Amino acid sequence: MSKIALSLLLFIAAGTVSAQTIKIGELNSYKVFPAFLEPYKKGWELAVEEINRAGGINGRKIEVVSRDDGGNPGDAVRVAEELISRENVALLTGTFASNVGLAVSNLAAQRKIAFIAAEPLTDKIVWENGNRYTFRLRASTYMQTAMLIPEAVKLKKVRWAIVYPNYEYGQSATASFKKLMTQAQPGVQFVGEQAPPLGKIDAGAVVQALIDAKPEAIFSSLFATDLQKFVREGNLRGLFKNTVVFNLLGGEPEYLDPLKDETPEGWWVTGYPWNEIKTPAHQKFLDAYRKRWNDYPRLGSVVGYTAMYSAANALRKAGGTDTEKLIAALKGLEMDTPFGPIVYRALDHQSTMGAYVGQLARKGGKGVMVNWRFADGANFLPSFEEVRVLRKD
Amino acid sequence: MNMLAVKGLSKSFGGVRAVERVNFSVAAGELLAMIGPNGAGKTTCFNLINGQLRPDAGEIYFEDRKIQGLPPRERCRLGLGRTFQVAATFGSMTASENVAVARLSRERKLGSLFTSFRGSSGKETRALLAQVGMESQADRPCAELAYGDLKRIEFALALAARPRLLLMDEPTAGMASAERGELMRLVADIARRENIAVLFTEHDMDVVFRHADRVIVLADGELIAQGTPAEVRADAQVRRVYLGEEAAHA
Amino acid sequence: MSSSSVLIQFLNGLAGASSLFMVAAGLSLIFGVTRVVNFAHGSLYMLGMYLAVWLAERVGFWAAVPLAAVAVGVIGALAEISVLRRIYKAPELLQLLATFALLLLIKDFALWAWGPEDMLGPRAPGFTGAVEIAGGAFPQYDLLLIILGPVVLGFLYLVLKKTRWGILVRAATEDREMAGALGVNQRWLFTGVFALGALLAGLGGALQIPREPASLNIDLSVISDAFVVVVIGGLGSIPGAFLAALLIAEAKAFCIGLGYSQATLVIEFVIMAAVLVVRPWGLLGRMPVLARPGTAEPPFARPSLRLRWTLAIVAAALALLPVVSGGYTLVLLTDMLIFALFAASLHFIMGPGGMYSFGHAAYFGLGAYAAGMLVLREKFPMELALALAPFAAGFAALVFGWFCVRLSGVYSAMLTLAFAQIAWSAVFQWDALTGGSNGMVGVWPAPWLSSKPAYYFLTLLVCASGIIFLWRMIYSPFGHALRAARDSPLRAEASGIDVRATQWEAFAIAGLAAGVAGALYAFSKGSISPEALGIQRSVDGLVMVMLGGIQTLSGPVWGAALFTWLQDAAARNVDYWRAATGIVILALVLVLPRGVGSLLQARQ
Repeated sequence: MSKIALSLLLFIAAGTVSAQTIKIGELNSYKVFPAFLEPYKKGWELAVEEINRAGGINGRKIEVVSRDDGGNPGDAVRVAEELISRENVALLTGTFASNVGLAVSNLAAQRKIAFIAAEPLTDKIVWENGNRYTFRLRASTYMQTAMLIPEAVKLKKVRWAIVYPNYEYGQSATASFKKLMTQAQPGVQFVGEQAPPLGKIDAGAVVQALIDAKPEAIFSSLFATDLQKFVREGNLRGLFKNTVVFNLLGGEPEYLDPLKDETPEGWWVTGYPWNEIKTPAHQKFLDAYRKRWNDYPRLGSVVGYTAMYSAANALRKAGGTDTEKLIAALKGLEMDTPFGPIVYRALDHQSTMGAYVGQLARKGGKGVMVNWRFADGANFLPSFEEVRVLRKD
Repeated sequence: MNMLAVKGLSKSFGGVRAVERVNFSVAAGELLAMIGPNGAGKTTCFNLINGQLRPDAGEIYFEDRKIQGLPPRERCRLGLGRTFQVAATFGSMTASENVAVARLSRERKLGSLFTSFRGSSGKETRALLAQVGMESQADRPCAELAYGDLKRIEFALALAARPRLLLMDEPTAGMASAERGELMRLVADIARRENIAVLFTEHDMDVVFRHADRVIVLADGELIAQGTPAEVRADAQVRRVYLGEEAAHA
Repeated sequence: MSSSSVLIQFLNGLAGASSLFMVAAGLSLIFGVTRVVNFAHGSLYMLGMYLAVWLAERVGFWAAVPLAAVAVGVIGALAEISVLRRIYKAPELLQLLATFALLLLIKDFALWAWGPEDMLGPRAPGFTGAVEIAGGAFPQYDLLLIILGPVVLGFLYLVLKKTRWGILVRAATEDREMAGALGVNQRWLFTGVFALGALLAGLGGALQIPREPASLNIDLSVISDAFVVVVIGGLGSIPGAFLAALLIAEAKAFCIGLGYSQATLVIEFVIMAAVLVVRPWGLLGRMPVLARPGTAEPPFARPSLRLRWTLAIVAAALALLPVVSGGYTLVLLTDMLIFALFAASLHFIMGPGGMYSFGHAAYFGLGAYAAGMLVLREKFPMELALALAPFAAGFAALVFGWFCVRLSGVYSAMLTLAFAQIAWSAVFQWDALTGGSNGMVGVWPAPWLSSKPAYYFLTLLVCASGIIFLWRMIYSPFGHALRAARDSPLRAEASGIDVRATQWEAFAIAGLAAGVAGALYAFSKGSISPEALGIQRSVDGLVMVMLGGIQTLSGPVWGAALFTWLQDAAARNVDYWRAATGIVILALVLVLPRGVGSLLQARQ
């Protein structure tokens, strides 16, 4: 009952203040990637509540118009058009998969509206296909791969096998890994490469093929269902007994938690050890999130929360909703996040949000990250000269 | 002149011989009946002549031209028409549209993408329908017509191609007996008038003996007799394998 | 590969084949008897997985597997009784639409019941470890699966050969009307077969949980695999399904073993295409019994006066719309117009042509890609790219169509699907040319067309002209030849019509028109990615055509508009928009089995 009354109140309240609210358009593939995006949604909803409770932006509340983008670029572009032309949003944020992110980014440039790509990891969105309207929050494929390189080099393993989901994210993670490893450790060999289709790994056969390649170490960018199947078959067939594995994203609660007592120990991963981070910024976020949702945050929660704060901070700094001013505000925008301070680099619009690098372990039948450190994104980006060559604008 | 000549025609299916070294010919304007018990190979024979099936051995000449290897549509264009045991028409079209399709096909005008399909109200279409007594049903969809009427439409369809030889597989099957005689009379009249050779199969012996100029008899895939209706009726072997049963039924 | 790894990969293939066989056998049985292409079969498999995981936590793994299978069997029977039984007499392929609606409903049911996250099941007690085979470790459970596949095959063989019910099933598979004449109670036979098919799907799913987490995306991936297996094996043939499952699973295992893992994207479709070209009815299938006369399609009426007026008014309203409305309405209508042309092109071959295509998106997508490549790579002006791109699609349709018109019915439809998947994987994998999985961005119209009203007018003009051309063709001499070929191929051929050439030409024309729609789509979105020619797009096209009504002229256009609007409106306003769409489709199927377009199709 009280819930209904509350939402009714909120609804009426929303109606009365809507004249002065600032609309932010949000679109994401909620139905296609729910495991990541439901926590993500809770994250940005928390941010919106906090921002509005604190008085909004220069006295104006923010209102998020959120849409499901259907998980494909064609529908996403139509949804974005709707947000732009029917809802008159001040800026766009969201998207998950690389192709959707790129399509919306491309539309943002055409329709001249600012777009904060929250989750897409593709390097292209800020480099080859970067444009002046698009900014990206998450540490990219390249950055997260680079974060794993120091540990990989320390092991001094020569024979590496690679397994990745066969689409842009996996392909570019693999390409970056090979390039960075070869630079850091001349003489490294890549002895086997497996590229199963996304979500359809034939794990038994892939694991056997990797065993046949006799690698000393494996670099994997599998996640979600593929990762679960890979871990189970690898454990059963003894692939991991004498082989170290580096797995991009493997420590993100979204993908780590389902592994439960099968979590492979000793793997190096990027991820989010949410219950061990003790910084005040994170503690504040953690407490607020748990209080609001009665659940612990996933990485998606942090991304959603931070993306919405990025939008709000840009609006505040710009002093209005003018696109040109928003772009000026986002360029070089400095702000605090649960992961510490970040900057949206003026040159390539990439934020310096970092990630946690550590090893997997089992604790009480659950997977956790141990020996972790925070890797600041700023330290894992290519130089301005290199970026300038990649970007065409 | 022979319209059609068949020499040593053979066909078997999975080791079972359906037609075995069959020889016969049809002269221009002649009505030739092919009779035989069920499974004697009549329909197979038709399908071989019409080009739906490929013979294992033997030759088929149409006006002294060897035609085996040609698909049915090519044989149709040479002047070899056909009706089926179960009347085959274009169910989604009206009677006149059916005939018009066949007529436009003859004129090689069916490939046109953007012109209107006007053939259905043409003079020739009407005349063809009138010839088979279906003028009053011209604008009714075939799906709504009675079976006997469909047989007539199919006959008109075949005539629209201006054939010089018509293969008619049981032209009166599924019709009431009064209707049968009428249709066969119609076929015979038109064939004689237009000098069309007709090769037909038929179970109704009355129809056969009344209209056929000549009769050939097939049993177990082999040709066992041929001649005028009177000769065939008198043939001892025919009586044994075929007419004997027939007589017993009657 | 060493000999030990060859052996282990072979065993991997065997284990993979078992579960694939079970789901495919169910699909094959259902098709054989009821002639329903059950699109929801993958969903039943998915349901089996979820139920098994959920039950395993409560009653343990070994009790959960049979319980889940039986539960899915019951659900299948209920679906048959409540939905499919009502529409067996409806136009062919309407059942496909109904089962597609079931797919949507089951997907959202699973989302509602078990949440969005993948659910990994427990390992099977007693089979948690590995045994040593040829120096490698091989999971015990996989050995069990290897045995279970043939056991199920043997069980089905006995049921079909030795029981009275099985004999009836076989009789119905071979000749449905004959079985009806023998006094078989078709209703319960159909329900029974559907239940058994569903049970097999549920069993296949339940047995898979130790190897694979239950996830919401499994339904579509399983259904496409199962279709492929059934078609390769021969529709209705259970041993064929087994053989085909083995072939596919082994081919995949060895692709991976030999280091060509990328090929697993497409290998099954390549195999299917090859098999169908060489053996048109599958490995062990038989040529289907031809439909009896009298079951021909209904008359294809000329557009009624009412329809002509409606269309004229709609066209006028669309032309005037930008005066009163702008912004998003135009964006949505642009999408609707493009899909209307796409649906009309599919209808052109499905309706008058009688050829089913499960892969029509290939030509849509190739048109879009060609436009993108001409603009981005060749630097053609947009107008020229738009004019030329459809010919790429038309050319592809010419090549693929040559093979497809040599088959008929579901086999031909599956070959179109195979070609579409091959085209899709080429686009997906050929990074340098197509941009790979990301696709291409920056495919925008020329400046004078870039405003929304301008592009809308262009789309309206092109799509309306395209649709009018297609409709005129239906009533042209060529259109009559096409319908003649559909109504009675034998009669058409005996009347001098080249049936295959006519169908081939129609296929190419439809591909060309779909390519026009695709090129317009690319420029309206500014980007193009592989989804444009994916299975989902092909299915959308089918749904549009069938919603509108195959045997109506304008139906597909209304179907496209309705479906696009439904997707847009439902996705925005309803949490479970898939289920909502499913319910609307089901309601339409049951109330308006001849499609929305039939409302306007007054009898002459």
